[in-house]
Amino acid sequence: MTTEHHLAAPPSGGAAPRQERPPGRGRAARKALDPKAVRRRSLRYRLDTKFSPYGFISPFFLFFAAFGLFPLLFTGWAALHRVQLHNPTDMEWAGLHNFTRLLEDEFFWNSLKNTFLIGMISTVPQLLMALGLAHLLNYKLRASNFWRVALLTPYATSVAAATLVFALLYGRDYGMINWALGLVGIDNIDWQSGDWVSKFAVSTIVIWRWTGYNTLIYLAAMQAVPSDLYESAAIDGASRWKQFLYVTIPSLRPTILFTIVVSTIGAMQLFGEPLLFGSGADGGPSHQFQTIGLYMYQIGWFNFNLGRASAIAWAMFLILILIGLINWGLTKWVNKSSGIGKGA
Amino acid sequence: MRNTPRMPRGQRGRSSRAIATGIAAILSAGLLAACSSDDGGEEAGDSGGNGGDSGEQITLTVGVFGQFGLEEAGLYDEYMELNPHIKIEQTSTQRSEDYWPALLTKLPTGSGLMDIQAVEVANIYEASNDLAQYFVDYRDYEDVDLSHFVEWKVAQATNNDSGKVVGLGTDIGPMGICYRKDLFEEAGLPTDREEVGALWAGDWSAYVETGKEWQAATSSDAKWVDAGAGMFQAIVNSFSERFYNADGEVVYEDSEGVATAWDTTMEAVEADLTAKHDLFSEEWNQGMANGDFATLSCPAWMLGYIQDKSGDEGKGQWDFAAAPQAANWGGSFLAVTEASKNKEEAVKLANWLTAPEQQAKLFTERGSYPSSAVAQEDPAVAAATHEYFSDAPIGELFKAAAEGIPTLITGPRDQIIEQGLSNGILVAEREGADPETAWADAVKDINNQLEE
Repeated sequence: MTTEHHLAAPPSGGAAPRQERPPGRGRAARKALDPKAVRRRSLRYRLDTKFSPYGFISPFFLFFAAFGLFPLLFTGWAALHRVQLHNPTDMEWAGLHNFTRLLEDEFFWNSLKNTFLIGMISTVPQLLMALGLAHLLNYKLRASNFWRVALLTPYATSVAAATLVFALLYGRDYGMINWALGLVGIDNIDWQSGDWVSKFAVSTIVIWRWTGYNTLIYLAAMQAVPSDLYESAAIDGASRWKQFLYVTIPSLRPTILFTIVVSTIGAMQLFGEPLLFGSGADGGPSHQFQTIGLYMYQIGWFNFNLGRASAIAWAMFLILILIGLINWGLTKWVNKSSGIGKGA
Repeated sequence: MRNTPRMPRGQRGRSSRAIATGIAAILSAGLLAACSSDDGGEEAGDSGGNGGDSGEQITLTVGVFGQFGLEEAGLYDEYMELNPHIKIEQTSTQRSEDYWPALLTKLPTGSGLMDIQAVEVANIYEASNDLAQYFVDYRDYEDVDLSHFVEWKVAQATNNDSGKVVGLGTDIGPMGICYRKDLFEEAGLPTDREEVGALWAGDWSAYVETGKEWQAATSSDAKWVDAGAGMFQAIVNSFSERFYNADGEVVYEDSEGVATAWDTTMEAVEADLTAKHDLFSEEWNQGMANGDFATLSCPAWMLGYIQDKSGDEGKGQWDFAAAPQAANWGGSFLAVTEASKNKEEAVKLANWLTAPEQQAKLFTERGSYPSSAVAQEDPAVAAATHEYFSDAPIGELFKAAAEGIPTLITGPRDQIIEQGLSNGILVAEREGADPETAWADAVKDINNQLEE
């Protein structure tokens, strides 16, 4: 856009210079045209400055409308109908049936429960470990970059590859983990069928993949903590542990909150790990580790019931909004109580 | 770390900018590549279409799942040699559970479809009824000969109302029992395949009884049968009415077939005769290789699978005997999509691929048993033996097994019901649920999934 103006300017002249020209030099016709052209161009100029910024940012919104907003609304619309995957255009109005039936759907509640349990088992140890690792990495270390990259590699592996390897490790008869447990005299554990062990196994995949990522986020936040705080704490005789507890943790509060929210959202959407850990969308023979995302997939893509799947998707969306609101409240509370969030 | 010197600002900026530019370049290249390959596909299809009109080069695309065998048996190459103006391209999805949903989403829009799509027997009811409008009717083409197929195979791919035929059968899965000779011998059971077959001929409960005897006599840690689910599958398929009745109603809760199969399987489960495997899992494969179970239900296509998984060490250890009752497990069809730009040529290819000679070749090369009655008579098929399975006369055994196969009544949600019952069996096997609880849970699960 700017280049166009740049090129367009010289032949006709900019608005300002022409005004400065002595009137006698211009011909009558040109003189008559001038104000119009000026007006037109200045109008164009004004329109340009006013609207082209919107043009520049429009791609995002267009893409968002096409791939974010439209599917969201369409899913909401489909949730109010009986629709089959075979024939998505053939919709039969069902009102709120798909939502009300969810209230009595024990498989839905089971998947919700599983999602929260796996979320807890994976998120809590993961964030604690990340905090500890970040603290260690924050010291002067040999080859610190190596450690940081090493921590991030699980995050860079594909979910599918990682999960398939973990499924092998957790094999019942020939898995490495059962073999190791066998060495200390523990009988083979059926990792894919046990109620708790299967949840634990899925959680370890999540922990393995995401700990490094959170570590780096914590590390970045730790490096932003002013070093004088540590110095004065050291002068006051605070040990490393006390420094960690009373300097690092309070300074990291907003970051910790952020990682909790991101991990919670990630846990809500957990899908690839349980899908590939089991042998399908069932999430174990009696749905021991079927998450809500997996349940939605099963209803929509194995049972071909788009209406019901859409209702589950919207239920999931509403739960995420609820979590967002809780987060918002927590942030306000943390900022108020610590005062650090405000400063940062 | 806080006190370590940082990189000079300018340098850091520059290098990170360079990295950012690099990443952006890679990402956009990836995007472009993704788009362009897509375009490329479309164009290939288009140019194929144009070529068809002018009698020039035509590209036909075939969508299959797993190791379907057509390409592996060299049939495409042979066809391209016979028809120089045809080029065949195959796309394969590894798991049929992934293949079918993906195909379902493409059918209504008509985009991204291949000229020929393979359809597994579990999905053929939907393809020939609910989805019939998306596939061509083979009866409209004179060259297509439906008479050489076994009758029930054509019936499965025929629309209930209009009689439209959407699929040409590739293979069927007549079943026998594969067994480990070493494990039989060690427990004092006969190893000769005829004597073994006679142990349980005509009756699945005799198979369970033999299992109990074997389990009592054996000194190994192995189990009698790989998985309750495999056994269930074999028994239930020997009945004509399983999950649906002839009127298309869901009857699995009361059908004789399901009840018999469930009870017999539960008898084996309660006697702890099963190795509690999930079929087609990695553990199952390893168990197969290590001789962790003495028998398993063996449709024709399973022989090659066992050979792959058991490897050289298993050679000569396995043998193949007749099953208690004749049943079919698996098998596929080829359907031509309405969206195809070269329907005429695609039908010709599908017809050729499923013709008796090619089916016979698919059997000798890959072990997929022909769905063509003519091909079954072919000397190369009828007299075939399997070296890996102690030279078992599989042609003869499969022929006998195929003759007794009932015409299965199929339904749109067969797969869900089958999967739900298999899960129920796993729950009983692994979690120790008693049969009644396992059944009640499975029914609850299936009915939840069937609900619209």
